[in-house]
Amino acid sequence: MNKKLITFLGCAVLLLGLPLFAQQFGNGPVRILDTALLYVLLALGLNIVVGYAGLLDLGYVAFYAVGAYMFALLASPHLLENFPAIAAAFPNGLHMPLWVVIPLGAGLAAMFGVLLGAPTLKLRGDYLAIVTLGFGEIIRVFMNNLEHPVNLTNGPRGIGQIDSISVFGASLSQKTELFGIELPGVTLHYYLFLVLVVVSVLICWRLENSRIGRAWMAIREDEIAAKAMGINTRNLKLLAFGMGATFGGVAGAMFAGFQGFVSPESFSLQESVLIVAMVVLGGMGHLPGVILGALLLAALPEVLRYVAGDIQSLTDGRIDAAILRQMLVALAMIVIMLMRPRGLWPAPEHGKPAPKPQA
Amino acid sequence: MEVFVQQLINGLVLGAMYALVALGYTMVYGIINLINFAHGEILMIGALVSWTVIGALAGSGLPGWALMLVALLCAIVVCSVVNFSIEKIAYRPLRNAPRLAPLITAMGMSLLLQTLAMVIWKPNPKPFPLLLPTEPFDLGGPVISVTQVLILGTTAVLLAALMWLVNKTKLGRAMRATAENPKVAALMGVKPDFVISATFVIGATLAAVAGLMWAANYGVAQHSMGFMPGLKAFTAAVLGGIGNLAGAVVGGLLLGLIEAIGAGYLGDLTGGVLGSHYADIFAFVALILVLTLRPSGLLGERVADRA
Repeated sequence: MNKKLITFLGCAVLLLGLPLFAQQFGNGPVRILDTALLYVLLALGLNIVVGYAGLLDLGYVAFYAVGAYMFALLASPHLLENFPAIAAAFPNGLHMPLWVVIPLGAGLAAMFGVLLGAPTLKLRGDYLAIVTLGFGEIIRVFMNNLEHPVNLTNGPRGIGQIDSISVFGASLSQKTELFGIELPGVTLHYYLFLVLVVVSVLICWRLENSRIGRAWMAIREDEIAAKAMGINTRNLKLLAFGMGATFGGVAGAMFAGFQGFVSPESFSLQESVLIVAMVVLGGMGHLPGVILGALLLAALPEVLRYVAGDIQSLTDGRIDAAILRQMLVALAMIVIMLMRPRGLWPAPEHGKPAPKPQA
Repeated sequence: MEVFVQQLINGLVLGAMYALVALGYTMVYGIINLINFAHGEILMIGALVSWTVIGALAGSGLPGWALMLVALLCAIVVCSVVNFSIEKIAYRPLRNAPRLAPLITAMGMSLLLQTLAMVIWKPNPKPFPLLLPTEPFDLGGPVISVTQVLILGTTAVLLAALMWLVNKTKLGRAMRATAENPKVAALMGVKPDFVISATFVIGATLAAVAGLMWAANYGVAQHSMGFMPGLKAFTAAVLGGIGNLAGAVVGGLLLGLIEAIGAGYLGDLTGGVLGSHYADIFAFVALILVLTLRPSGLLGERVADRA
């Protein structure tokens, strides 16, 4: 018990101190940490759908987009410029506080999650994967084109001038001094995201051991048997989609506030694939594994960006930072799967797996 | 009417290319139950290799059709080698792994091939030379280009050849047997590994042809050109019922027609609210509709569990 406490305190100190150490090297490294935390949030959400309930969702980024656009619309001049009625109703501009945006983003994303889940309840495995992928693409096409006849998303140009996130009236983009330590905006964002991640981990951890979590895993292992034992598979699958989407929506809102700009480019299929890869590479359904996968795929390629300049000059400019990053992600997906098909840190086996039906 | 016939032709041509790629998906899925996400990239490699070969031979004085034929042969060889190696390196070791593992390597492979293509060919779009006569045939209003005629003709020939291969030859019988039950097929003297490799090579051949056609038809080749057609072709395979060769062809043609006709009329039907930019969503809307109403696809058999 004592050992556990020491580990826990050590982790806490490490997580709290990390940005203070990183900010010595400028804002770049802290930004990487921030992005990595957002990816952890996304991976935790997708883990509910893929890892617990066993529903392979390749359109997850759609919920991320829903949350991001929610924040972008409610905290930027975009709606005012395009809808005179809204401009008349809000003469001071639309500046929705975080406490409105987060529940709204989460709720809307959850609604989309259920909307996506409903028609796919009968589908499983690969068919489900391809339908969710299609759903993600449909959302992306709409983001790209909803500027005519009503300009809702501003099309491929995206929405800019989004308010920065402010907590209890303190804007996170401003430099703050606390106990004599100067905290730049990126560090403040880090602490906000860290709080969200910790809350999410707690929720996931409680879910995993709850009746709902057990039921999800039963569905994942054998849907027909789960149904036979009286589990309401329809409602539980919808719940999984909805809960997973909620995390995506919150992460999206945070992303919009952090970047100050959203455009369809940030929500491509590659992004969905990346998040699925994080969950699967880390170890599906196992919280430490999922977090490890997300950190690895989000942070490692970013760190290697710093050597990209040398590689670029070595290869005559053919391999630049973006290509190098993509290549590393791709190689990680292939190599890790080949070496550890169950993920880097898979959940420990509980007893014997059920016998597989003969193909 | 004129617009309709024109869109019908365009849709058939697009559908023919989808069908060629969809066949590769459906054969692989039928045998090893894997969505080979990297298959669209084989089309891209086919197009870029053809572009390189045509560029290299441009000064040799060969006629346009001969250039295309040489380029096609090179593309087929390169694509076959690439697809064969992918299976050997990334999919074969994972044949008994959890189902998601090969899917992730397939996605990684798709990403990797795109980045490699970017490194080898640079990311800029490459104009594909016009090698065939550009004067289109006039059908009394609607027109059809020489390239389009060639695409339809070649696809028909290839389909016939594939049907013959699968239904009449020993390899075809081995493929069907492996798709049915690899273990029993192995007991009967079929070598599953050989059959699977052969399937990947055949799929690569069809995709290479589709790649050259795609580039010739749209006049451009680029590292990112394979992904969307690959996705659509997979959709086509699912539409027709995955694992079913005829289904892949029907699904491909149907998808091409839906897209072309939908894109042509969507603007008029919705009073200009939705333009032809929305063409990309037809494939996915059709997919969702078909799978909810008939989860085994249009021509597929009822399969109890695809998990």
